[in-house]
Amino acid sequence: MAGQGTTTVPNGAGQTAAAKPRRAARRGIGPGLRTFLIFAVLVGLGALIFPSSYFYRVGTLVWINTLAVTGIVVLLGYVGLVSLGHAGFFAIGAYATAILPNYGIPSPLAMLAGVALAGGLALVVGRPILKLSGYYLAIATLGLGMLIWMVLSKEAWLTGGPDGMVVSGMNARNLFKLVGLKLKSAEAWYWVAGFAAAIGAAIAVNLAGSPTGRALRAIHDSDVAARSLGIDVARAKSLAFVISALYAAVAGALLALANGYITPETGGFMHSVEMVTMAVLGGASSVFGALVGALILTALPQLLTVFADYEHMVLGGIMVLTMTLMRRGLVPFIADLWTRRKS
Amino acid sequence: MSLEIDGIGIAFGGIKAVDDVSFTARPGEVTSIIGPNGAGKTTLFNLVSGVYTASSGRVRIDGQEVTGLPAHALARRGMARTFQNLQVFPQMSALDNVMTGCHMQEKSNLFADLLGLGPARRETAKSRLSAMAALARAGLAELARRPASEMSYGQLKRLEIARALVTGCTILLLDEPAAGCNAVETREVDDLIHAIAAEGKTVVLIEHDMRMVMRISAHIVVLDQGRKIAEGGPEEIRNNPHVIAAYLGAHGAAEAEAAAHV
Repeated sequence: MAGQGTTTVPNGAGQTAAAKPRRAARRGIGPGLRTFLIFAVLVGLGALIFPSSYFYRVGTLVWINTLAVTGIVVLLGYVGLVSLGHAGFFAIGAYATAILPNYGIPSPLAMLAGVALAGGLALVVGRPILKLSGYYLAIATLGLGMLIWMVLSKEAWLTGGPDGMVVSGMNARNLFKLVGLKLKSAEAWYWVAGFAAAIGAAIAVNLAGSPTGRALRAIHDSDVAARSLGIDVARAKSLAFVISALYAAVAGALLALANGYITPETGGFMHSVEMVTMAVLGGASSVFGALVGALILTALPQLLTVFADYEHMVLGGIMVLTMTLMRRGLVPFIADLWTRRKS
Repeated sequence: MSLEIDGIGIAFGGIKAVDDVSFTARPGEVTSIIGPNGAGKTTLFNLVSGVYTASSGRVRIDGQEVTGLPAHALARRGMARTFQNLQVFPQMSALDNVMTGCHMQEKSNLFADLLGLGPARRETAKSRLSAMAALARAGLAELARRPASEMSYGQLKRLEIARALVTGCTILLLDEPAAGCNAVETREVDDLIHAIAAEGKTVVLIEHDMRMVMRISAHIVVLDQGRKIAEGGPEEIRNNPHVIAAYLGAHGAAEAEAAAHV
């Protein structure tokens, strides 16, 4: 026993000594930038292996969903608040980008307006409904999402009603033409969506390690303790709600432009559930969870179209298995396995 | 700063959990609240720290009325606390737990926080330093990187003290800080609390360990069934027949007596 003790102590000391310079090097580029670079590499890898425009289109969807789900990670993973209405914010971003150009407003401004509108709505609605918690909050946000969906479906003069509407305006190809790159439209949108997802992930990671982020994560674990440390919990929750709504709205605006067509279903209940499911499946505590969840639930249905009859069975099965075997989601589960193997 | 409690009370569905309790806790001293289980000690803390809203009575900090202020506003007036039923952040490391306590000192803005700019990094680095110092004070420096979920009960009790200390509080409410600690750890907590009071902070302590209470308290308030039944110095309390009957009992009195002779 004594012999064991003397051998483990120097080993332990060696480990920390080796870990220190590595940690210092990491601090050199900062966690946000590191995340951005990892995402950038993944975006590039996708482009390298994609054989056709179809793959680029699916890839674009993956990145757009990753961006929206990153907002859910901030809300659900950091603060622990469940929203079943975020498709509503997504749709506000999408429809503003679709509608405003018909009134002579250029697409980029329309996007900004949609994002601002979603953020403003989240701010106004957030304060009262964030007093609720748990499933009460889930139901309240569900109601909010349904209201937005109903407006989009009923006000046909503005939104085209249940049939949806064509989005005219900006094409990402032109952005790349400016710098002399000739890309297909699908490729151009892929790069834009990937870039947006990478920026979104970097921002979320920066937030997590910042003073504001610590306050948010504190609320996740203990509301009472957070208050006792001087954290204004109501304000912090509202902030997270607005930030996550902004993510959803930017993602929605990008989808509208990339697809060129939108329907009220982008704001529907199923889409809200899908966003939360992606976050929970991948692991709501990290942006990489958002990516993995978005990747699986976006790409898998495309692959499974071959077995269309079994698609929902396979997806349902994956979800039941993940939730029973790895409740915190895929990414934290795998990260745990990894650190346990190393130690 | 002194903490004045004046006739505070709260009723839950007709039952007066705390009824007309008054006392003053002075800076540089440890004021202990003792009493049997269910006497209303923790409820009193929850009233004073803004977790519950009092149905009667007043709380003043240095003569300034703070009755009914929300918990985070009280924290900004210099009040910090620990919890009987542990309220740590289990998903965070010990260090992050304590760094969260630096919230009120951190002068960063949202913009810098989102973009990872200088102010956010500087404030985080500052918080890390003061959190490490507080962890060392609580005897937890080696455990800084450990997830709070993997720490023992006694360690978490001390983690909460470290977290409360970095808030820069002037009034510290400690709810059974020595629970779950062994004899050596209890002595360490004892010394730590003594040192905190010696810095001039106002310490209010709930504790069942009578040796500890008698050793470090300048002033003791005894609660029973929500009411204050006695108040005074350790000597007075030890010999008060009401207190012996309601709480100390024969064994407690002996323990308190033993502490007096240490």
